[in-house]
Amino acid sequence: MNAYLDLQKIGIVFPTARGPFRALQDINLQVAQGEFISLIGHSGCGKSTVLNIVAGLLDATEGYALLKGKEVKGPGPDRAVVFQNHSLLPWLTVYENVQLAVDKVMPGKNRAERRDWVMHNLRLVHMDHAADKRPGEISGGMKQRVGIARALAMQPDVLLMDEPFGALDALTRAHLQDSVMEIQAELGNTVMMITHDVDEAVLLSDRIVMMTNGPAATIGAILGVDLPRPRDRLALAHDPAYHALRSQVLDFLYNRQARPREAA
Amino acid sequence: MHAQALPLDGPVVEAAANAAVASQPPAIAPAVPPGGEPAAHRRPPNRERNRRIALTLLLPLLTFLAVLAGWSALQKTVAPELPTPAATWTHATSVLADPFYENGPNDMGIGWQLLYSLGRVGAGFGLAALVGIPLGFLMGMSVNVQRAFSPLIQILRPVSPLAWLPIGLLVFKAVDPSAIFVIFITCIWPMILNTAAGVKAIPQDYMNVAAVLKLGKFELARRILFPATLPYVVTGMRLSLGVAWMVIVAAEMLTGGIGIGFWVWDEWNNLNVPSIILAIAIIGLVGIALDLVMGLAQSRLDYTKR
Ligand SMILES: Nc1ncnc2c1ncn2[C@@H]1O[C@H](COP(=O)(O)OP(=O)(O)O)[C@@H](O)[C@H]1O
Ligand SMILES: [Mg+2]
Repeated sequence: MNAYLDLQKIGIVFPTARGPFRALQDINLQVAQGEFISLIGHSGCGKSTVLNIVAGLLDATEGYALLKGKEVKGPGPDRAVVFQNHSLLPWLTVYENVQLAVDKVMPGKNRAERRDWVMHNLRLVHMDHAADKRPGEISGGMKQRVGIARALAMQPDVLLMDEPFGALDALTRAHLQDSVMEIQAELGNTVMMITHDVDEAVLLSDRIVMMTNGPAATIGAILGVDLPRPRDRLALAHDPAYHALRSQVLDFLYNRQARPREAA
Repeated sequence: MHAQALPLDGPVVEAAANAAVASQPPAIAPAVPPGGEPAAHRRPPNRERNRRIALTLLLPLLTFLAVLAGWSALQKTVAPELPTPAATWTHATSVLADPFYENGPNDMGIGWQLLYSLGRVGAGFGLAALVGIPLGFLMGMSVNVQRAFSPLIQILRPVSPLAWLPIGLLVFKAVDPSAIFVIFITCIWPMILNTAAGVKAIPQDYMNVAAVLKLGKFELARRILFPATLPYVVTGMRLSLGVAWMVIVAAEMLTGGIGIGFWVWDEWNNLNVPSIILAIAIIGLVGIALDLVMGLAQSRLDYTKR
């Protein structure tokens, strides 16, 4: 079987002061092109570790990840990451933060083309108006938008998002979720997103990957979300299918994988 | 180094404060009375502002007057060998009237003395920056460089830079390079240590961004390491310049020749106390000016202060 993104028997052991710590074991996952996948699980189970292995920021101890049939080795812009705390460079303007990525990824294009591409991606996330502001001058939600624009501008094969909305208030979070849904509908990105928010997972995903608690965390179950798109959060609030999915995730998290006693 | 690549779970503090601006729904925009500015931005009424300005000028003036009065009293009672404030003032105006006179190498105006001292501080400071900042970078980036140099720096840092003066005189056999050498030693420790601390303080997130973008070594240094570390580097430079200005006076007292420190010592040998009091005031003012310049550089270069 030829998946677009293919995680094969991935496991990782961290050397720690108290001896080796097995964080992940036997992670198998096949993601199709254009699919939106959420990883959900309790804090500390190993979601970020999975994402960082796909990003190439961490090396798996066992197994491997294949992207378009090729083994992932080290980080690269084909797997752009949106980090939880935006990680914009504070000495660069919004425009320059995206430009840094564009200049690096599209060295073949001329100046005007690259400029257009930066602005195009800022428009996608509705941040073109703040192009000349610095990260310190914009709100948390805006920073996260710019982080998404920077990742999109790399035209990645897979967009990796580590709790991209985790630090935002509910309203800002809803706006950004809608933006991400629109953009994904338009561009057809393949997305792997970490979340610990059940509603967010159901609303955005094609499939929800539910992880067991660590140590030696693995995939406990995968839930397909066959709600039609475009999805409207208000309409879904009254949709029994939505609530059924939601309670399935909740059941997994709170009955089958009750929160570990000393959660991080 | 990738092993620490995990973003943290849990809330990030900064977001909440600005969140209301982000979503921009007009109905719940931050509550500002229509037509009025938020209270915090309202200018104080003119009268209150004038009062504040008057006080910030008046109170320090009172302090200076008190010092003058104390000096006067001291001079009249227990220390008659001190000059009176009036005599000092008269002397100061005559010295400052012609700061750049030249009567041969051993008798030059106070302006020249200052310029020589500033020149030595500038040279020592510049050389220290050339050596200290790159070394600080290396120490911040490589544990082994850190291991190699840290003990040496820890031992040498608490030593008064003046202790190096004989070594300088021995090696260079001249006053100027020896004084510059002492300033170099003065400046280099804060520069190394601050730069290294700055590199170490670079958030892993920035390094992850660089990794995802596959920045090369040179680009990494230019686009990430250097700008991220700059605030620390400038802080180190500001600290070291302040100390250097104190050290140069002492160094020049020992080396002789020319320079504001030498001038102080020379006037002392001539028992010209008004000159010494004048020098104290001028050294202080130049110190403030140097710090202002560095403060200006800091506010221009430091992204956290913009
Ligand atoms: N570099 C590391 N060294 C040792 N242990 C680590 C390291 N990174 C993560 N871990 C451990 O692996 C587990 C999973 O971490 P993480 O992937 O961050 O969880 P999640 O993102 O699901 O909250 C945690 O127990 C964490 O302490
Ligand atoms: Mg995490």
